[in-house]
Amino acid sequence: MIKARVTVTLKNGVLDPQGKAIEHALSGLGFGGVGQVRQGKVFDVELAETDKAKAEADLKAMCDRLLANTVIENYSVAIT
Amino acid sequence: MKSAVVLLPGLNRDRDMIAALTKISGKAPATVWQTDTEIPDVDLIAIPGGFSFGDYLRCGAIAARMPVMRAVAEKAAKGVMVIGVCNGFQILVEAGMLPGALMRNASLKFVCRQVKLQIANANTMFTRRYQPGQIIRSPVAHHDGNYFADAETLRRLEGDGQVVFRYAEGTNPNGSINDIAGIINSQGNVLGLMPHPENLIEAAHGGNDGRALFEGALGIAA
Repeated sequence: MIKARVTVTLKNGVLDPQGKAIEHALSGLGFGGVGQVRQGKVFDVELAETDKAKAEADLKAMCDRLLANTVIENYSVAIT
Repeated sequence: MKSAVVLLPGLNRDRDMIAALTKISGKAPATVWQTDTEIPDVDLIAIPGGFSFGDYLRCGAIAARMPVMRAVAEKAAKGVMVIGVCNGFQILVEAGMLPGALMRNASLKFVCRQVKLQIANANTMFTRRYQPGQIIRSPVAHHDGNYFADAETLRRLEGDGQVVFRYAEGTNPNGSINDIAGIINSQGNVLGLMPHPENLIEAAHGGNDGRALFEGALGIAA
């Protein structure tokens, strides 16, 4: 079995009001020097596949078709 | 003219859409369930608002990948009119039937109020009963209506008249780029909008500004 972590983040230039709100909240808690905060998503995925290359290709297809909205999001796949 | 309404778990404006179509066309629309792979022979397919699949992953993301949406896309490719309202708009965008994306409202707040809409293109099947530039009222109720498209897509939408509705007179409730409230595909038969025209079709609603949209689409005399 292969375990993988998929990380989905907003593309540069796409407004992230949630990240902005978190940024302000961190400042409010007294954390100085916090720059830009961007919020994303993490998916831990288990695959029955044993071939790493095949698993990576499958995961990328999953990102393109469902896990990420590539209009506004980038993704990265890491096999753990 | 016949219509159908798509039903998905978590939608909550389906009965409003069915009531509006029934009152305006004089006959009840057919209903199709998420797992249906065929849609009856109709002229208009409506995808109502709500929170399909609890807005999990992204609004409309799961619904857009249900079997019924493949059937909707096939009908649309044959020229059948499709209207997606609110969550229905989000589903059409997630299904790739309309360009761009609908993001969390810039205010991070759910907005439920009446806004003003400008008819940015009166030369569509859906807006032909309105005047170009006319301002109408419409309710909105959403958390993720902040329309976004990359610069090139936006240029194309604006240049080709695919922006059909724009929030007017400073009533943009969600930070949507260029005040975009609704867009149509390049073929002119798939419309998505965040506002709820089906909730303003008769005096009991406090006005009927939304009625002409359905009358135009269904070819019914006012």
